[in-house]
Amino acid sequence: MLEVIVVVFLALGVFFLFVGAIGLLRFPDFYTRLHATGKCDTLGVALVILGLLVYHLFYYSDTPLVCVKLLFLILFIFISNPTATYALMKAAYRTGLKPWKLGDERR
Amino acid sequence: MKGEKIPHERDIVVETVSRLMIPFIQLFALYVIIHGAGGPGGGFQGGVIFGSSFVLFIIAFGIGRVGKRIPEGILTLLTSLGVYIFAGVGLLCLIFTIGAVQYLNYGFVPLTSHFEENRALCMDLVEIGIGITVMAAITSIFFDLAWGRSEKEEERQ
Repeated sequence: MLEVIVVVFLALGVFFLFVGAIGLLRFPDFYTRLHATGKCDTLGVALVILGLLVYHLFYYSDTPLVCVKLLFLILFIFISNPTATYALMKAAYRTGLKPWKLGDERR
Repeated sequence: MKGEKIPHERDIVVETVSRLMIPFIQLFALYVIIHGAGGPGGGFQGGVIFGSSFVLFIIAFGIGRVGKRIPEGILTLLTSLGVYIFAGVGLLCLIFTIGAVQYLNYGFVPLTSHFEENRALCMDLVEIGIGITVMAAITSIFFDLAWGRSEKEEERQ
């Protein structure tokens, strides 16, 4: 049963990472690519780490400090990854990068 | 649009998140430095993480506001201080093992009564010295890059 939970977490995380990678390759310009990677990577990495955390919590319960470290990792990824995406997006907008419109070429 | 000067603009989101993250980055850097004797990590890696926290500070708050708080002289002083700690511990080994010279065999420095404790403590001291040097050097390099760019922009105006 426990393995099922862990595998579900890992598979969901890998799915989101995969979707983010497809978005990075297929979307037409900078803003849409950041849109894909910024959100999908945050959630995907968080779900993968959550799966590892559950696995560690039940199979190696003698070292619970590792679980706390993984929780902090999730917390800081959740704070810093959207902020980095926001800063990149704002910098691109302020340097005058025009958003892609329907009918434009891929950039 | 290229080459046009972009003035530093205060951004509430980036500043707040930097304020939140920088203490934890520095704490993690200290953890990496101290952990270096008995596991992955070490003085250089911890120093780079510590220096990168200052780099984040400069990027988020602008070189004009940060540059006044961290003078160039202090960075130079810290760079040499770390090297002095590193070399000093090695020289202490030389001094305390004057008969049979054992350079960098830290156990002979009589900080405590146990050989292994001496070695662990001196290893940590050396790691701290490396960390201070690398932190100051990384910050100093980034300062030079950032100041150079802003001076060129001032000349262009």
